[in-house]
Amino acid sequence: MTSYFRPAATLLLLMTIITGGFYPALVTLLAQTVYPAQANGSLIRDKQGQTIGSALIGQGFSQARYFWGRPSATAPSPYNAAASGGSNLGPTNPALRDAVTQRIQALQQLDSGNHAPVPVDLVTASASGLDPHISIAAALYQIKRVAKARKLEESAVRDLIESHIEPRQWRVFGEPRVNVLALNLALDAYAQTTQP
Amino acid sequence: MNEAGFLQILIYLSVLLLLSKPLGVYMARVYQDESIVANTWFAGLERGLYRLCGIQDKQDMRWQQYAAALLIFNLLGLLVVYTLQTCQDLLPLNPQALPALASDSALNTAISFATNTNWQGYAGEASMSYLTQMLGLTVQNFLSAASGMAVLVALIRGFSRRNTNSIGNFWVDMTRSTLYILLPLSLLLAVALVGQGVVQTFDRYATVKLPEPLTYATPAVDAAGHTVLDAQGQPLTQTQQSQEQTLALALGPAASQIAIKQLGTNGGGFFNANSAHPYENPTPLSNFLEMLAILLIPAALCHTFGFLVGDSRQGWTLLAAMTLVFVALVFVTVPAEQQGNPALTSLGVDQAASNQQPGGNMEGKEARFGIVNSALWAVATTAASNGSVNAMHDSFTPIGGMIPMWLIQLGEVIFGGVGSGLYGMIVFALVAVFIAGLMIGRTPEYLGKKIEAFEMQMAAVIILIPPLLVLGGTALAVMTEAGKAGILNPGAHGFSEVLYALSSAGNNNGSAFAGLSANVPFYNYLLGLAMLVSRYGLMLPVLAIAGSLAAKKHIPVGPGTLPTHTPLFAVLLIITVLMVGALTFVPALALGPIVEQLQMLAHS
Repeated sequence: MTSYFRPAATLLLLMTIITGGFYPALVTLLAQTVYPAQANGSLIRDKQGQTIGSALIGQGFSQARYFWGRPSATAPSPYNAAASGGSNLGPTNPALRDAVTQRIQALQQLDSGNHAPVPVDLVTASASGLDPHISIAAALYQIKRVAKARKLEESAVRDLIESHIEPRQWRVFGEPRVNVLALNLALDAYAQTTQP
Repeated sequence: MNEAGFLQILIYLSVLLLLSKPLGVYMARVYQDESIVANTWFAGLERGLYRLCGIQDKQDMRWQQYAAALLIFNLLGLLVVYTLQTCQDLLPLNPQALPALASDSALNTAISFATNTNWQGYAGEASMSYLTQMLGLTVQNFLSAASGMAVLVALIRGFSRRNTNSIGNFWVDMTRSTLYILLPLSLLLAVALVGQGVVQTFDRYATVKLPEPLTYATPAVDAAGHTVLDAQGQPLTQTQQSQEQTLALALGPAASQIAIKQLGTNGGGFFNANSAHPYENPTPLSNFLEMLAILLIPAALCHTFGFLVGDSRQGWTLLAAMTLVFVALVFVTVPAEQQGNPALTSLGVDQAASNQQPGGNMEGKEARFGIVNSALWAVATTAASNGSVNAMHDSFTPIGGMIPMWLIQLGEVIFGGVGSGLYGMIVFALVAVFIAGLMIGRTPEYLGKKIEAFEMQMAAVIILIPPLLVLGGTALAVMTEAGKAGILNPGAHGFSEVLYALSSAGNNNGSAFAGLSANVPFYNYLLGLAMLVSRYGLMLPVLAIAGSLAAKKHIPVGPGTLPTHTPLFAVLLIITVLMVGALTFVPALALGPIVEQLQMLAHS
């Protein structure tokens, strides 16, 4: 049995070099050459070149003038992109019921008169805590609040949403959705052009 | 389920089954003595490796030697992963200056990755340096998968060889699995995933400037560090304002690890949220590719088996049995999740599916995947011993969460882990043949080999070890304070969390009802032990069966032979798997998800 130690140790060392060194290095080289933007996190920069987010990572919004994303259960603050995770609350846990009740209240507080049923994804925490998207229904639900807070026409806000709908990929895969950060950035840009 | 959902499931199954045949035949030819790669330039590398290691690649091993080589190789790998974790603060490629891991956590993770379980007590982006992820975890992703494939190939040789005491050479089987199967597939998948947005960089975490300082609520604590309670006994919260207006975005060499994590049915995420994290699984297409990668090799190995035993119908029969169970359980899980949570309906939440939203139980799910892709993934990852998640199983509806748990408890034989799934299924086939033999009063035989007392004893060991670990471990955990301390959700669901954790470790799956705080010494040691025993306690008897079968002579098909390539046999096999799984685990499941489902319906 001891005669197996040398081949085992040497083979482990060589395999570590191949699969743990050479392979990730080759993937990094290819990735940085062919898809540099994606490989570095699909980062979004402002005009000054300052990184202000990622096209793939959601950010928390709580003001009435912005569209809100999925609730996030990351600690210590929501949308902590250095500590991803979900709430892990079970379906019968009273804490889930309480959390959803509070979220509905928060939405309705800033949107008086909107008594429509709330789209489920707008009041339930995402799996990663970093979900960049909401459903189309969740975006439409917020039109009235955003339009009022920004003194914009509801139809203009609706048009903005519609131009930001990402359909199913290849018309088949996944769910139609709206990227919240992209929508809010577009909203800010639109507000600047209309209010000089 | 709507048309779009149905179509996605159909496309998934079709592509999977279409690709499985050519890949299966390719793998079979890789493992043959005169490998198809023998004359390529790559084979020079293979021969060079053997020469450097002093490996006699033409020398076959008896099953005991094969097992010894495997155990030593895995043990050394385990030690390397342990050492890397406990010294990572002193080693390079640690741009976030992450500290070394505690010894109980490091041991649990080392066992977890060496045994192809990839249970994760730690949170990737907050604990592991890039060096540990690459040299420790990525390497074991390859080698533990290759070890499983090697044991399968050795078992297949037990059927295809006759009157010999050798079952192949572990070093060769392991090396070929890695170089010719896992590496090229991983390279292709990794680059495709980066194209979709998976990160691959050695840079430190990105810093994002926020428009306003972060504000958030934290539990208030008094001077002694105790949580302050209000008049109702609820914890008081205070608003915190962060001084900085920046946020760190965790990055890293993720794509290279994610590709092999899926292809090798490993499942250990680069980030804590695993394949729910947008940097691990950014788009529906990346989701499709990763989900395909989960089942691709396990499905293809059925054809490898058929090819190597000289009868492709034998492979088709096993694949058909697996696929039937898989499809049936997909169509239980998806509707269970689509139904949503009755507790939320009464609050005025809209959970109905429409063109504008997926609806359903969206707690712990991502908007881009919705219900169908989350539920389909959950079934695939637990059918295979993968264990990566793109949604949080702890937040699934009781029935939606029970199916993944039961799939794990069936012994990871519905596709199962690379290698380990099929050798488990072949053991069930031996049991099915044996039961049929008892019924018709003939000596049972499978693929021309007589199945006798020794094989059945080993099969019994293989089938009994996981339930013993799962049920015994669960009992221990729920009877001790240390075990109960980790539970997050109250009531029946809390029991499900513990049962799921032990099921996952005791069958080398690795997924979790992640609310359980398992990164404590009690669970790190208990689950570590379960993973070790279930991996090697099954591999050794499988190799013993391989050795015993290889020594037997081939008996020709006679009138008393039960044909094992027929739909009848597939049904017999399914019944055997489901009966063992149901009889063993229904009482435990009744205490967890079944009670919770009744409670949920009663309170709605």
